[in-house]
Amino acid sequence: MSALISWLTQTLEVLAAIAVAPLFSGWIAQCRAWLQNKSAPSIWLPYRAIHKLFHKEAVLAESASPLFRFAPYAVFGSMVCAAAIIPSMGTRLPFSSAADAIALVGLLATARVFVALAAMDVGTAFGTLGARREMMVGFLAEPALLMVIFVASLLSSSTALPAISNALATQPFALYPSLAFTAVAFILVLLAENARIPVDNPATHLELTMIHEAMLLEYSARHLALMEWAAALKLFNYACIGFALFVPWGVATAEAQTPAALVVSLPILAAKLAAAGVGLALIETVSAKLRVFRAPEFLATAFMLAVLGLLVNLLQRASP
Amino acid sequence: MPDATLSCLTLLGAWAVIGLVGLARPGDVRLVARFLFPLGAFVGAALALVALVGAAEPPSQLVLPLGLPDLPFHVRVDALACVFLFLLGSASAGVSLFAAGYFRSGEGTPPGLLCLQYHLFLASMGLVLLADDAYLFMLAWETMALSSYFLVTTQHRLPEIRRAGFLYLLIAHVGAIAILLCFGVLQGGSWQFTFDAMRSAQLEPKSAALAFLLALIGFGAKAGLVPLHVWLPEAHPAAPSPVSALMSGVMLKTALYGLLRVTFDLLGHPVWSWGLAPLALGLFSALYGVVFAAAQTDMKRLLAWSSIENVGILFTGVGLAIVFAGVGMQPLASLALVAVLYHAVNHAFMKSLLFVGTGSVLHATHERNLGKLGGLIRRMPWVAWLTLVGALAIAGLPPLNGFVSEWLLLQAFLSAYQVPKPFVGMLLPLGAALVALAAALAGYVMVKFYGVIFLGQPREPSLENARDADTLERVGLGWLAAGCVVLGLLPRPFIAFLELVPMQLGLIESRTIGGSWWRVVPVMERQAAYAPVVFLFVAALVIALTVLVVRRFYHARARRAAPWDCGFARLDARMQDTAEGFGQPIRHIFQPFFAMRRELPSPFDAAPRYHVTVGDRIWTLAYLPIADLVQRAARAVAWLQQGRIATYLLYSFVTLLLMLGLVL
Repeated sequence: MSALISWLTQTLEVLAAIAVAPLFSGWIAQCRAWLQNKSAPSIWLPYRAIHKLFHKEAVLAESASPLFRFAPYAVFGSMVCAAAIIPSMGTRLPFSSAADAIALVGLLATARVFVALAAMDVGTAFGTLGARREMMVGFLAEPALLMVIFVASLLSSSTALPAISNALATQPFALYPSLAFTAVAFILVLLAENARIPVDNPATHLELTMIHEAMLLEYSARHLALMEWAAALKLFNYACIGFALFVPWGVATAEAQTPAALVVSLPILAAKLAAAGVGLALIETVSAKLRVFRAPEFLATAFMLAVLGLLVNLLQRASP
Repeated sequence: MPDATLSCLTLLGAWAVIGLVGLARPGDVRLVARFLFPLGAFVGAALALVALVGAAEPPSQLVLPLGLPDLPFHVRVDALACVFLFLLGSASAGVSLFAAGYFRSGEGTPPGLLCLQYHLFLASMGLVLLADDAYLFMLAWETMALSSYFLVTTQHRLPEIRRAGFLYLLIAHVGAIAILLCFGVLQGGSWQFTFDAMRSAQLEPKSAALAFLLALIGFGAKAGLVPLHVWLPEAHPAAPSPVSALMSGVMLKTALYGLLRVTFDLLGHPVWSWGLAPLALGLFSALYGVVFAAAQTDMKRLLAWSSIENVGILFTGVGLAIVFAGVGMQPLASLALVAVLYHAVNHAFMKSLLFVGTGSVLHATHERNLGKLGGLIRRMPWVAWLTLVGALAIAGLPPLNGFVSEWLLLQAFLSAYQVPKPFVGMLLPLGAALVALAAALAGYVMVKFYGVIFLGQPREPSLENARDADTLERVGLGWLAAGCVVLGLLPRPFIAFLELVPMQLGLIESRTIGGSWWRVVPVMERQAAYAPVVFLFVAALVIALTVLVVRRFYHARARRAAPWDCGFARLDARMQDTAEGFGQPIRHIFQPFFAMRRELPSPFDAAPRYHVTVGDRIWTLAYLPIADLVQRAARAVAWLQQGRIATYLLYSFVTLLLMLGLVL
């Protein structure tokens, strides 16, 4: 029975992630428009865009290789697998025993490498430029994310994300200074990895400072739809990693993973996502975009904060 | 089942015979390429098989009636040797198959002679692993150095290759002296140079530390550990690609083997604080190597620097294992050791694959400069797709093999806070931050390497004529790529093989890494688990479902058109990012690492030229002053050489007088 429930949770979570991810992006766009005193687009706009793109005829550059056509599927697949590792509703997930949080970071890196390789494939000026910048952001953001996860795994002595989340949710409430540092680091990484202001601007096209959009310029129709969907899923995944590490309360914990708990966890997840969306929109409204040259400093700050969090954690251990 | 020692020796002998047959017919390309090299590959595969079976058996020894009158050769096969023999045999099988297609006439040295050097190189590496006394070890070690020197200088007509070869030989011998001195300390007054005597010698703590330090210097020089790395980015690219593959993939690992043999076997009980030296040097090498790799514009040099990074990761793991073993945390020491061995085998496959891939590119285009390549995935699909496996693997991406060993190492690092030493326990986990940074940078380097060579548009018109690799080259590439995939997907059976090493070295009594054939549990079930087969299966399932759904519910129509590039119509290959451009962020962020010289054009230049050279600060800061000092000392001593017999006779007379004074 419990095995059945955990498989059910697993399937439910993945399907929910795939279905809800564009909605989350739509919600952020809506909040941002409100905060900036614009009339907001419909919250369903991302779905309509994806649907429209799927209907269109794909146009491929003459010089595009099979790698270019395969990459959207690889990226989308990686993001779906990543969603299967992250405990967004329940912490007893069968797939989590196949891959832990380090594998999750590896999976996100795989997706990034495929996007960058596909961007270089056609051989345009913008594509290669975007690939280079994306990898520059990535090589600093990836170790920072890993350090964030390390701190959490030192607190819970596990690198499996559901186990971390479970341990943090069931422990008596305590303030961890190390988690505070890493939470800030995580937010910086989230902004950088998901092409948000101040590192990149999700609403831009044709700007010399674009990163993510520059890599997708040659994509059209279904390939573009998958890439956009994967980007939405990535943002959703990052938000859920943040919930799992820093606000784990409300998920169905391993001991009490009943259908009722799952039903309860769904509105809690929705509330967390809504709040995260408002927060992201707020950050994006009050900050200005950095020059590309400044992005490494921004990310180095994130990396250093995460390392500092690790050090604080180890210091606390050394002096009980 | 014949004795493992004897089978290994026979197979090494077979390699030597193959080499000699090649020498007998030096000009016969058909014989060498179509028969001898594939045969060598077969011998390599057999050696790997023998090693795989032999590891589980107790160590077997043999005394050969060869060598000097009172110094017979001792050979021994144990689990540690078996792991490295497996590495040598399996990786060299792929490289030899590739070499069969690669070596044609006109590589500078006649093919038969090349065949001799190549197979002697292989056999001497095997003999290094089998040796059980210092005499045979040094003999094999020097044969390895010399045969690889001749292979490096295959194209000896080019002055820079001769220079690279000389630098290699020089540092190899500085290292060899350190190793010789290390054995001198290890015999501990017994004047017995067999490894058995060294195992039983009781060393003072100070001599043991000295022996370890000498081993670290000697084997570090061979492995290319910073700051003894300067020869590596010169010598590895200078050799023909299959030889570069062997040198980076296999020869560097013999140095690792030597360090492990001395530390965990001959010395036996390492002190925890020794581990800090390889740990610190390893972390620095990892970062230094990968940062320089990102700045390179020559594809083989880039790979050579990436080897320095991987050597850094290996030595980091060795340091961690020593610390754990020294403070009595044997299961974690075993985990770190397994991670190191796993990474060594992984690197042998990945780096060999990439090097032979560049060999195919080199043959097809006669170009090593990244700035003149591009778009080869359309001209050389076989090479491009097989090399992609190696590039993704070395970038440490799941579910390929590079990820497994880095994951194991990170798991070991995560437990390092338990080391009961003040400060050390606190600072060790921070090493994980540097490993993670180096691994992420490796991803950057590989995107640059792969993207600039194989993707985009051809940067030179001549690239349109590039031809794909021939059949034997493809088989060789395929063998190495398959190794990367298999080691990535089935880590648990291979770890069972590697765990025999810490068991035989007495670190642990029974296996500590759990799991079943498809799943690894490095410490305990609750901490972490990894099952790449499931991982790949789910990913493949998702991708297949996506393809199916997209095509079924919508359509699969596609049309080809000119690239869009924001509506810019006059796109050409020169507008793509170059290797220099790709290195720019790294040069910018890690500026203090580089000795950079830039020549910027002025706005009024009729023919503007941008020129940048990236130099190694360690070369200018450490090596050039030493070279200068040696030259000055030599000039000072040269004053003694007056060139008159009378003066020399006077020297002899004074010496005699001094000696008499000493004796009487």
